[in-house]
This record gives sequence, C-alpha cells and structure tokens, in this order.
Amino acid sequence: MIESFLIIGIIIAGTILLCSYRAVYGPGIFNRIAAANVIGTKAIVLLVVTGYIFERPHFIDIALMYSILNFIGTIIIAKYLERGELCTS
Amino acid sequence: MREKTFSIIVTFGIMFIFWLFFSAWIVIIPQHYDLIELSKGIVSALIVTLVSHELLVPGKGESIRLKALRFVPYVVWEFWQIVMATLDVTYRVLHPKMPIDPQIIEFETTLRSGLSLTTLANSITLTPGTITVIVEPDKGKFVVHAIAKEPADSLLVDQTMQRKVAHVFMEG
Amino acid sequence: MYVIDIISTLFMAIGAFFMITGALGLLRLPDFYTRLHATGKCDTLGEVLIIAGCMIYEGWSLLTIKLFLVAAFYLFAGPTATHAIMKAAYVTGVKPWKKGDDRV
Repeated sequence: MIESFLIIGIIIAGTILLCSYRAVYGPGIFNRIAAANVIGTKAIVLLVVTGYIFERPHFIDIALMYSILNFIGTIIIAKYLERGELCTS
Repeated sequence: MREKTFSIIVTFGIMFIFWLFFSAWIVIIPQHYDLIELSKGIVSALIVTLVSHELLVPGKGESIRLKALRFVPYVVWEFWQIVMATLDVTYRVLHPKMPIDPQIIEFETTLRSGLSLTTLANSITLTPGTITVIVEPDKGKFVVHAIAKEPADSLLVDQTMQRKVAHVFMEG
Repeated sequence: MYVIDIISTLFMAIGAFFMITGALGLLRLPDFYTRLHATGKCDTLGEVLIIAGCMIYEGWSLLTIKLFLVAAFYLFAGPTATHAIMKAAYVTGVKPWKKGDDRV
C-alpha cells in the first residue's frame, strides 16, 4: 500500500512543476496569483499523502492550518488589488 | 442582553469541545490528566469566543428549521452538479480542438438576504461552465462569465438554479 | 491485497487524474478567465476525491474527522477564492477573450 501512496505523491509533485511554468511566465499579475493559489492547493494534498508515506499522523494538522492560510492570503491580495488599500476606516 | 449571553455560551461550548477533540490524544492521554492542561484549552476557547461570538448563532429569522430541512436535498443536488462540472471541463480541455466560446452575461433575481445570495453565487461557480463575477446585494443583479453557449442558456433561459434556491430560502 | 486497499487506490487515482487535467488546463487555455474555469472546478473535486480515498483507508478513528474537516473547508473556500480573484481582475479592467483573438 505504501507504493501506491508513493506513486500518487510523485504524480502530484509533477503537476506542481507544470503549474510553476504559469507562475514564472504568465503575462501580468493575475495569472501569477491564480498559479500560486493552485500550487498551495496541491501542496495541501501532498502534505496529507506524505503523512501516510512516513506513517506520522501529525502532518494532517499542518495541512489543516495551511489550507486556512492559503485561502486568507489569496483573498487579501485580491482585495488589495481591487481597492488600492486594505483598511477602510 | 439575553441573546448575547446565549450566543457567548453556545460558542464557548462548541469551541471547547473542538479543542478537547483535537488535543485529547496528543496532550492529555500521554501526560497527567489534571487542571493545568485543561486550563490551556479554556483560555484558548475564551479568546476565540470573545472575538467572534456573533458568527455562529443565527439571529432573528423566521422558520429556521424549515430552511435547514430543505437545505439537505439541495446539497445532494449540488454534489451531482460538481461531478458534472468537472467532467465537462475535462472534455473541453482534453479535446484537440478545444471548443470554447466565452461570453459575459447579466441577469437579475428576486433574492435579497445575505445567505441566499451567497448560496446562489457558490452554486453558479460549481455549475458546469459558469463563474460568478460581481454580485450586487441591493438589486439582486449577477454578472456571470460563461465558457460556451449551452451553460449560458441554461442559466438565462431555463432558470433552474434560481427557482431551487428560492424554494429553499422561500424567496430571500 | 484487501478490498479496502483497492477501493481507496481507485479513488486516489481518479483524483490525481483530475488534478493533472487542472494543471494542463492552466497551460493550454488562451485567456485568464478561462484558466480560472479549469482550475477552480477540477482542483476542488480532485482534492475531495484524494482525501476521500485516504479516509476510506483509515477506517473509523480521530484522523478521519480531521480529514473530513480539511475536505469540507476546501469545498467552501475554493470557489470563493476563485470568485475573489475574478472580481478583482474584472473591476481592474482585464479584457475577456473572444473567439478569434490571439493568445494572451
């Protein structure tokens, strides 16, 4: 069973490499933000699968934290680009 | 004042039970089960409750139980739409000719409350071929980006999704 | 080989295939708005399927509830982040692609 987790992990790492082409070469800033969001999503899945390869269950807590951080980061930078400032007081 | 105490107590209870769930098997069982460990949980749950106690418990609303009961078949229909959406995008991306024809559509609905507008926007994003762009909460106007002609027609002409959400929330 | 192993490997393989499709859509589609169509939908279902495969492998324990929370959070947060980026791009003035234009 460990072999199938290893193969899935290598496939996901390959797709992260494919997405990083768009993060480097995408014309303009919005393509790069979308690519960063996608790389963060695939990193969450990679963390869960790595936790099963090395048989340590603590990686799932790190994946839970990182999914919240990825979501908040994307929303904050989208809000900044839309309005030009972050706090409206 | 009575509403505020009720919501503080319920939020604190839920946060503390969550903390017990998540840390019971790393912190408490290997070490001593005494009050110092539990007090860490109580302090954390108290800080979270004081910051955000208005979010979990709904305020004044009519017939919340009926809305929650009608919500469950809607979620099941939603899962089916997610699977269809992914298969549709896979077909369009892997086809050698890539049949796409993007357009931007606007329409109006009769929904006005916050939760129903959010549910409709989330559902439009998870339906094959459409993503919500702008929502205006005063007039119920949606601007939607569609990837081909058929998903755009199913949103403008048939209006299945607006009728389903209006049925769940009883029109806003 | 147990039956549970085969079922969970099947779920994870289908999820990995949808993730490959999402990454291919990022490279192949000609415009920013259409690229968000590909990643916003394929990534959501692919992640839910892979985590469902891990849940089936685990059985009934505390880890299953944590995995379920990761999947349920992403089911609501993924489309919301896609909508936020798309709204910022539309308001700032990025032009959509019509049929017959060049690649951007």
